Amino acid sequence: MEQLEIGEELLLYQAELHGLRQILYANIVMAGEIPAPTGGERMLTRFLSDRFTESGLNDIAFDQAGNIAAVLPGRNPQRNLLLAAHVDKVWPESDDHTVSVRVGKMKARGIADNGLGVAVLATLPLILEHLNLKLESNLILLGTTKSFGRGDIGGMRFFLENTDREFESALCLEGMNLGRLSFASLGMARGEIEVKLSGPGNDPDTMTTGVIATVQEVVSELTRLNRDSFPAVRILLGAVNAGSGYNVPPSSGRICFEIRSEEAARVAEMEGKIQSMVNRLTDEKEDVSIKVEMIAHRRPGNLGESHPLVEFARTAMEALGVEPKEEPSISELAALLTHRIPSLTLGLTKGAHRHSPNETIELEPLFDGIAHLLLVLRHMDRTDYAPL
Amino acid sequence: MSKLDEKIEKWLGTNTYHHSEFWDLQALVKAKEQSGLTISLCIPTLNEEKTIGKEVIVFKSELMDRYPLIDELAVIDSGSTDDTLAIAASYGADTYLSSEILPEHGFKSGKGENLWKAIHQLKGDIICYVDADIKNIHPKFVSGLVAPLIYRPEIQYVKAFYDRPLAVSGGIRPSGGGRVTEILVRPLFSMFFPELSALMQPLSGEYAVRRETLERLPFPIGYGVETSHLIDVYQSHGLDAFAQTDLDRRVHRNQSTIDLGKMSFGILQSFLNRIKHYEIVEGMPELPGLFRQLQAEGRRYEALNREIVEEERPPIITLPEYRKRHGRKS
Repeated sequence: MEQLEIGEELLLYQAELHGLRQILYANIVMAGEIPAPTGGERMLTRFLSDRFTESGLNDIAFDQAGNIAAVLPGRNPQRNLLLAAHVDKVWPESDDHTVSVRVGKMKARGIADNGLGVAVLATLPLILEHLNLKLESNLILLGTTKSFGRGDIGGMRFFLENTDREFESALCLEGMNLGRLSFASLGMARGEIEVKLSGPGNDPDTMTTGVIATVQEVVSELTRLNRDSFPAVRILLGAVNAGSGYNVPPSSGRICFEIRSEEAARVAEMEGKIQSMVNRLTDEKEDVSIKVEMIAHRRPGNLGESHPLVEFARTAMEALGVEPKEEPSISELAALLTHRIPSLTLGLTKGAHRHSPNETIELEPLFDGIAHLLLVLRHMDRTDYAPL
Repeated sequence: MSKLDEKIEKWLGTNTYHHSEFWDLQALVKAKEQSGLTISLCIPTLNEEKTIGKEVIVFKSELMDRYPLIDELAVIDSGSTDDTLAIAASYGADTYLSSEILPEHGFKSGKGENLWKAIHQLKGDIICYVDADIKNIHPKFVSGLVAPLIYRPEIQYVKAFYDRPLAVSGGIRPSGGGRVTEILVRPLFSMFFPELSALMQPLSGEYAVRRETLERLPFPIGYGVETSHLIDVYQSHGLDAFAQTDLDRRVHRNQSTIDLGKMSFGILQSFLNRIKHYEIVEGMPELPGLFRQLQAEGRRYEALNREIVEEERPPIITLPEYRKRHGRKS
């Protein structure tokens, strides 16, 4: 029965959504072209604020973390749903953010992560109006700052710690990929290991390689720790930086890593092992100092694969003919689950080359992604989930 | 201060705008509807697949669907061999091949040809031209240009100007007209039409014009079309018929010095044609159309000669087809 109802709703949404494609596409172009490095999101949150104002939303406000929030009032003023998209992109403001538009595709730095999420958030009030969808619940639209790196999902954390609303449930929007269904967050610890020359430099290795030999040693140790604990705990290496040319041995280097596990205790245990490894190497070296700094943490959380919200999102996706890709998240979803709010992260369309200058999104599948989002939103609006 | 300086200073005060003065698009649409004017947007193209889609999306969404400021959005193409027309059509623009408009008058290759044929093809009382190679496209590229025409009936022709230096001392910035403007056009205007030197960027490809003015202008089909327009409108209406709008910043592809040389040669030809037409200098001789450049490869030097002929289309009001289509009298 539910499958049949979903099918009818989907057909309606898919037919009607194309009527708004120009406005949606223009919002993608504009949200895509506005730079928003972590900590410098003001221009893009201003864009969202302007769009919320034009849509006649209530209580449009920036908070101290730079988040932008607005309220689409529902019939029941006591009931609140949250729809969030992180605003920041991984690219610095000085990089070219020009959006290239081809038939059925757009390409630009950050267009999928998360220009598209922001654009859909900006367009959603118009979409609901166009489809004459009136919600029982207040819908709080939230553009969050400080998602990446040292930002440590600071925007969402700040919002949840300071809002006076209680949320029945929440959704996070990510540009790609359609089919993504995240209902669990991994335990995570993110850190940086800094290697610096500190002594006279008499060692043949440091005389000829600067810190590179030590950086290589640290990388080997991290690789060994990962191999010994995989797959229960994983260590991802995200960046290794040292030096800037051909013939000057670098005096400092940096290794960026992330520990992931479904169990918080294992993450903490691995943090301890890395600290011990760093201490040992420091003791062994005369000319080099090594320091580790942990810059971000997430506690693991899990809504559960049989939660009604998860089951509905999965069923709706299957009705679209899209195979659900159930994967844990380390983004804003972690903060929502920590606050015991039933929440999902959804991907909006097909895309490729995430976090590369050629980041690309496909436009036609986006209408399926938005139809799916509307179905899930309507389910959240009419369902009282058991407390977590 | 001379009378000329006073006039220019007064004009700069009354006829130079910043796009932010027209931020209220709702008010602008209301004024347009009250005036009864219709507006057509024309984007001339030749192999612009990288940027055309974005322009069409932004203008159609913001200035047709959200704020109905323009009544028609057309791409007029010189024969692109890439996906320019397919992309423009897929995002909702009306697309035309320049060669298929007024086919009995033939087809000449050049941007001015597209602009001239647009007057015949498009319906608006105001035609706004925007180049297709803008990377940082924004609705202000149109609203900032048509607004002075909507609010001030005496204005005939509105030009865009752009570009702020990254840092300025004392709040003063140079006019930033572009290399060909500063090296060629501004010196020529200073000598022959000093009032026109008040225009910050006489060569910018973005401008909006009333049909009744546009239809009476001859159109060089190449590089000289903008320069020729300014001189003709100035001669018939004076400086007060012009306005200009600061659109802040325009990001577009850069041209090589060799290409700027060809462009300058074409502009100079059109300029001298207007000088001759208005009999400003007596006894102008016939001038050659051969542009001579040089190139070096190692120690081998060679001349690159290119025939640049600034052909000209007549005022479109002189065409019976045009008068019939638009119900105009000559």
